[in-house]
Amino acid sequence: MNIDKDLVAAMATPLVLAILLEGPSYGYAILKRVRELSDGDLEWTDGMLYPLLHRLERSGSVESEWRDSDASRRRKYYLITESGKAQLAEQRRQWATANRTLGGLWTQAAGA
Amino acid sequence: MSEQQSEQVSEQLIGEWRTAVRGNKAVDESDAAELESHLRDAMADLEGAGLTADEAFLIAVRRVGAVDALTAEFAREHSDRLWKQLVVAPTADPRPSSWPVMLIFAVVAAVVVEVARIATDFPNNGAGAEWFGRNLSLFVLPVLAAYFAVVRRMPWRRILPLVAIVVVLALAVNLFPYHGDRATEVIVGIHLPVVLWFVVGLAYLDGEWRSSDRRMDFLRFTGEFIVYYALIALAGGVLVGLMDGVLSLAAPNAAQAVFVWVVPAGAAGAVLVAAWLVEAKKSVIENIAPVLTAIFTPLFAAMLLVSTVIYAVTAFGRSFDRNSLGLFDALLVVVVGLVIYGISARSTRRPGLMDALRLTAVVAAVLLDLLVLVAMLTRVSEFGFTANRVAALGLNIVLLVDLVVTAVIIIRMLRGRTPVLALERWQTSYLLVIGAWVTAAVLVLPVVFGFA
Repeated sequence: MNIDKDLVAAMATPLVLAILLEGPSYGYAILKRVRELSDGDLEWTDGMLYPLLHRLERSGSVESEWRDSDASRRRKYYLITESGKAQLAEQRRQWATANRTLGGLWTQAAGA
Repeated sequence: MSEQQSEQVSEQLIGEWRTAVRGNKAVDESDAAELESHLRDAMADLEGAGLTADEAFLIAVRRVGAVDALTAEFAREHSDRLWKQLVVAPTADPRPSSWPVMLIFAVVAAVVVEVARIATDFPNNGAGAEWFGRNLSLFVLPVLAAYFAVVRRMPWRRILPLVAIVVVLALAVNLFPYHGDRATEVIVGIHLPVVLWFVVGLAYLDGEWRSSDRRMDFLRFTGEFIVYYALIALAGGVLVGLMDGVLSLAAPNAAQAVFVWVVPAGAAGAVLVAAWLVEAKKSVIENIAPVLTAIFTPLFAAMLLVSTVIYAVTAFGRSFDRNSLGLFDALLVVVVGLVIYGISARSTRRPGLMDALRLTAVVAAVLLDLLVLVAMLTRVSEFGFTANRVAALGLNIVLLVDLVVTAVIIIRMLRGRTPVLALERWQTSYLLVIGAWVTAAVLVLPVVFGFA
């Protein structure tokens, strides 16, 4: 399935914040989680995740730190902040509304 | 290809890819390391599925995305790192090197200044000198604004309002019937260049003045413009000084002519050259701004701290000469400048020692100013308000509010309560207040005080 670009862009922030709510994570693992959650339907160019993460960091929604993950390599981990959690809650309300509105219409159409 | 060869080839490819990514100014060392780490993770997974290292590299690189699309995206996010390039995404129409355009405008500014100088017979004629001095910024800064309008290819519907503003200002400052000791004329003369600098800002931002990030770009531009202009002035001073020395041996009258002709024209043209240099020679200054901040923030913090203690101990409650308020206005302007310079040169995203020093400087400046202000206010209530006192006091309060809020934001930042971005947001928002105040000082204050 090919999901519209604008829709992917709109989903990106809440998606990343929601994944970080599960625990600190780094770019590659976040992308893997996205793929896993969407069964591979949601694909975005891997590199584009990083500017998004940096934007979230600048606005204070996430924090980052370099950690030594396995023997040889360091990875940059991102952690959600309190303000990020608040932002996510707000986004969640908005998405729920969108979902309810569209969902209502579509179940009606399916029933008719 | 053996496995080991494949490994070597892929290491080399990763190195080349990293260099390509790093080639863009918007991607710093830490970003490149992060992307490389991602690439290696992806490759490890692919190799786990049975691919050789160089095959894995090709697929992983493709998934990360084309280098220029990627760096363009980084540029959009980190416009602070390459704000001068202005055209963030590579466009079909790359901006032509605009130095011939710049040169034309520099000559225009120089000619306008010379014509005005000759018309008023400056510096021989006293009344003409007043007119020349009051209008000087009107000869130069609108030319700079026009230069930006041309290189930005601004549409007329955005140029015309700026023209209207300049015309209103020009008419107002010259039609006001100044009389008496003409204090309002001096106030207008001091504030007009600042108002016009805001007009330059509107042209510089080309209609995007509502964006906080773009206003920050203009603040950076201002800071670096000052550095470049100071450098040019320094070199120009040496040049004129030597010429004067050499010429005065042969023809003493010629030396006088050099001063009168060369200095005004050169100073006007240099404004355009400095503005152009800021945009053209970005990497030079990129290294200077952080160094300047690193040197002067601790020095200012120490100087202000010592001065505050001395004032508090020796001069508390003493009545100050009202002229000294101007000095403290200048002090606050410099401290605000230092703060803005500091945030524009910020390279790390975490608050640190430099922010603590900046906080010291800001708090000391606020305390020092309050000491003086209290003494001054008692005098104002004694002698009433004059145009001079209102102008000096107003500016002082405007800047004081800026610094108090700045101090609060830095404290919150150091405690990790506020993102670093908040300080930038505050300064760019407050720019509107400062703009409103200086405009009022030029257009409203003289009217209120009857042009005295």
